[in-house]
Formats: sequence, structure tokens, C-alpha cells
Amino acid sequence: MATALHTDGLTKVYGDRTVVDHLDLDIAEGTVFGLLGPNGAGKTTTILMVLGLSEPTSGSARVLGLDPARAPLEVKRAVGYMPDSVGFYESLTGRQNLRYTARLNRIPEQQATERIAALLERVGLTGAADDPVGTYSRGMRQRLGIADTLVKEPRIAILDEPTMAIDPEGVAEMQALIRALADDQGVTVLVASHLLYQLQSICDRVGIFVEGRLVAEGTTAELAKSLGSTSTLYEVGVGADPDHVIRVLSAIPTVTSVTPTARAHSYRVAVEAGEAPAIISTLVSADLPILHFRPMGEDLDEIYHSYFSEAV
Amino acid sequence: MTTTSSTHIKGGWRIIARKEFADHLLSARFTVLLVILAVAAIGSVYAAASGIRGAAQQAAGSPGLFLKLFTINADPVPFSFVNFVAFLAPLLGIAFGFDAVNGERSQGTLPRLVAQPIHRDDVINGKFAAGLSVIALMLTALTAAVAGLGIVALGIVPSAAEVLRVLLWLVAAVVYVGFWLALATLASVRLRRASTSSLVSIAVWLVLALFASLIFRLVAGALAPAPSDATPKQVLHNARTELAVSRVSPVTLYDEATAALLDPEVRSVGIVTYGQLDRAVTSDLPFGQSLLLVWPQLVGLLALTVLCFAFAYVGFMRQEIRA
Repeated sequence: MATALHTDGLTKVYGDRTVVDHLDLDIAEGTVFGLLGPNGAGKTTTILMVLGLSEPTSGSARVLGLDPARAPLEVKRAVGYMPDSVGFYESLTGRQNLRYTARLNRIPEQQATERIAALLERVGLTGAADDPVGTYSRGMRQRLGIADTLVKEPRIAILDEPTMAIDPEGVAEMQALIRALADDQGVTVLVASHLLYQLQSICDRVGIFVEGRLVAEGTTAELAKSLGSTSTLYEVGVGADPDHVIRVLSAIPTVTSVTPTARAHSYRVAVEAGEAPAIISTLVSADLPILHFRPMGEDLDEIYHSYFSEAV
Repeated sequence: MTTTSSTHIKGGWRIIARKEFADHLLSARFTVLLVILAVAAIGSVYAAASGIRGAAQQAAGSPGLFLKLFTINADPVPFSFVNFVAFLAPLLGIAFGFDAVNGERSQGTLPRLVAQPIHRDDVINGKFAAGLSVIALMLTALTAAVAGLGIVALGIVPSAAEVLRVLLWLVAAVVYVGFWLALATLASVRLRRASTSSLVSIAVWLVLALFASLIFRLVAGALAPAPSDATPKQVLHNARTELAVSRVSPVTLYDEATAALLDPEVRSVGIVTYGQLDRAVTSDLPFGQSLLLVWPQLVGLLALTVLCFAFAYVGFMRQEIRA
């Protein structure tokens, strides 16, 4: 499959802070790629560099074979972008907002009228199309954002936090919409989000992006395998002095790692498969009170979560 | 592909300007400003017309009579039309520029806008062009209304030279308002909040309108002191310095340009001594001479406007899209 989007050592430095650190991405045409990471991981900065709206400090990006730093207009013609917390002109109607985007893309008026009507229908906004955007709810804006992204009939759609602040039903609709883009229209989709559990199911591949670095990349199955292969994860709550707890747990021969989590008195313990009872028996014999004990297993949610809390 | 797309990509600023222009025309601020200016225009021209009628008996045949419609004030309106425009011009410019860029930021539309196939400078160019067009439209309509009312009320038909003078004054007024538009745009680029940028722009306006003369006098006093026992030469030097210093202000430049363009009797915008006036014959300057007199003012005004816009432009181009 051809590559739609490719970055090579893409780096962005603000002052002495490296926001994106040698990012290598390769997204095949017609697939959905999830760039998942906590807030402030550098997702939006990466997107702006891909669009040619921000200049990389070093490295390069290729969008459909074009360099966004040199041919920004060609890139922006082919790429639809929905920013996080997408905004519209409040006094204009939804339809007028889309019409403006169509004009900026030099789409002939007649064609634009039809396309906009079809898109509004598709995102379920036909009824509200002629109301000012100022009256729209957050979910409606988000859906209008999707329609806005698609007005130019992009070959690549980049959606930044598309499911943020919308209700569960809206999330399901959004998931279906995104999946349909890739499956029915062959659009390459890059979704960036920190709400990974809402998007992991629709992504062909995901990249976990923490503090400007891609710490893991692959299909969700691959990730689960690679991250959970040698050991199983447990979350253990122990009500005692953290240093002491870590010392006791680390002393168990089958335990490969112990890390405190974001919650107080809570530790993520990696232990060889089937050796979980050793943790409990050790704690009990050391007279340490067990507050909770939870297998984190191979559930991707949990794996992402562990990455994210590490970053925080 | 490159050839077709580059021809298509031309004129992104026009699309933005068209949208902004339409937005301005439908905005409340446009209506409010138009009403204020229309009331001022009608009031001043009505007063001027009645004033002129009284004076016209002895001034019959004076070539500057039509222009007096714009420049004289009479009871009960304390300002002439030109005074009103000079006074309200900054407000006009600020009103259409103070939220140009930060408004897009606060609505969250800027990232979406610049992700469309347009150049980044299309945004600021389009917005400036739209603001200037609205201002030009407003001033032209009002000037035409004043002229029309004057013609009807007084029965004076303007000569070609008078029409030329008014048109040129109109251009100068648009450029002058353009300065304030550029200043407000600059504020909207630099300041994150529209309320802050409008306040800062208004503060600059008040300083230039009210306190500038005080500042210029202080500066002149420091550069060319004129103590109480000063020689006439020192006093003259001081006055000349003050005038020169005051010409950094667009307000001064515009006032001088207006005075010379709309009053053919004005023969100098500099310091005139009694000696120079001694036995001078009062006569009107032809249009070309008046123009020559204020050419530096007009160019200076244009330069200030361009400079101000350039700062806004560069500031916007260097900014990150993301706040």
C-alpha cells in the first residue's frame, strides 16, 4: 500500500523544550491511524508541522509525496484538518460556515451547494443547518467540524480530539463516521486523541505518543502482545510506606518491575505469568495491608493508561 | 498540476475580504457608526448651510464657497463636517480592526482558516482590505450626501477644482482612517483579547488627540528652549521645532492636509510671521498649488499607515498558529 503520510526525524523545539522528538511515522493510504497520547504530548504540534503551519526544527514530513514546508498550498488542498476545540463564526449559520470553507478551496458554487447539503445530511445537521453556529451544542460543532473537514474532499483527514466533550452516543456516531471515511471513501485518517479508549477500536494502527516521542506503534493486537508478552500486569494497593513496599515487592524473584502509579499507595507490578499469588503471600507475610489487587491484564486501556500516568 | 493550482490559488485574500466585508456591513458596529456619522454629517451641513446663506451675500462668487459646506461650523452645531470626521475617524478605524486577528483566535477559527489552501498573509491582507473598503464606502457615502444636501439647500454648483479637492480630501481621510485601522489590527495581532486591544487602541487615540500637543511642546522645549527672555529668533526656532515634532503624529498631518485641501485660502501649513504677511494679497491658491503644499503631509500619512500595517503583518506572520 502506498504511503499517504510520512515523517522522518520530525523535531520541534520551543526554547529549550523539545515538544516533538525525532518522530518517524508512516501511515498507509486508506487506513485509520490513531496518534494517542496524553495532553501536551506534542500531538497538535506534529499535526501543524504536517500541514506546513509550523516549521520543523529538524527532520521532514511528506504528505502524499509533497513537502508541506515547500508546497503548503498543495498539501492544504489535499488535507482536511479539524483542530481540537474546533471553532466557527458564531454569527454565521452552519451552512454559511461551510460555504466559506468551500470558497477558500475554490470549489465552484453549484458544486459546493450540493456537497454541503450532502455533508450536512451525513453528519445529521440538516435541521440546524440554517441556525447560527452560536446556538449549536458542543457535539453539533464537532459534527459540523467533520463536515467542514470533508468539504474539500480531502485525501487525508486529520482530526484532532474529535471525540472530546461529546456524549457517548455522539462518540459512537463519530466512530462510525471516521471508519466509514476510510472504508467507503478510501480517505486516510489520522486521529489524535488522549481519549484512546474511544478510538482504539476504529484504528488500524495506533502510535502511543508520550512527551514528544513515539513509545510504541503497531496494530492494537501487536501492541497488546508486545507489551504484555513476558509478564502480566497487576495494580496493587498497599497501605504502607512507599519505599518499604517497593523494596519488599522488588525482592520477589518473579517480579520484573514495580512502579508507583498516579494514585496514592498504588503500584503497577509486572510479574511472570501465573506468579501473581507470590505477590499476595509476600505482602501478607510481611504484614503489609493490601488495599486492593487488580489484574491489569492485556487490556489495551490499561496498557495505555500505564503509559500515560508515567508521563504525568 | 503546479500551474493549474497556482492560478487557482491566486487571490485568497479576496475571498477573505469578501466575507469580512459582508460581516462588517451586517454588524451592529457598522449600523451604530453609520448612524452617528450620518447625524453628525446632516447636523453640520444644515448648520453650515444656514451659516453660509448669511455670509454668502457678501462672499458671492467666491470660488471656495462650496467647500465651506465641509469646513465651517455655525450655531447650533459646534463642529464642521470635517471636524466630525477628524474626530470620529480613529473610532471608525479601531471599530473595524480591533478584533481582526484575536477575534479569530478566540473563536477558534484561525487554525481552521489557515489550514485551507491560502497563504497565511491572505488572512491579514484580506481583513485589512475589507476594513478599508467599509470605511471608504462609509466616508464616500457621507461626503456625497453632504455635497448633495449642500447643493440642494444652497443651489451652489461646485467647480471641477472643488470636486477634485473634495475627492483628494476623501482619499486623505481614508488613508488617515487606514492608519487607525492598521493600528487596531496591530493591537489585535499582539494582544490576545479583543477587549484589551480595543482599550489599547483607544488609549493611543486619546493620547494623540488630547495630550500629544502637550508632549510635543515639552519635547520642543527640551530641543530648542525658549526661556521667558528669549530672543525672537529663539521663539521662532522653538515654534518651528514644535511643529516639526508634532508632524510625527498622523493627527497633525491629517489636519494640515485637510486645511490646505479644503480651504484654497490656506497658503502655508508652516509658521508664518507677520513680516511675511505684510502687504500680502489675499487670493486663492489653485488646486495644484494646494496639493503641492500638502504633498509631504499626504505622503507622510501614507507612510505611517503602511508602516503600522507592516508591523501588524510581520507580527502576524511570525506568530505561531497555536496560542
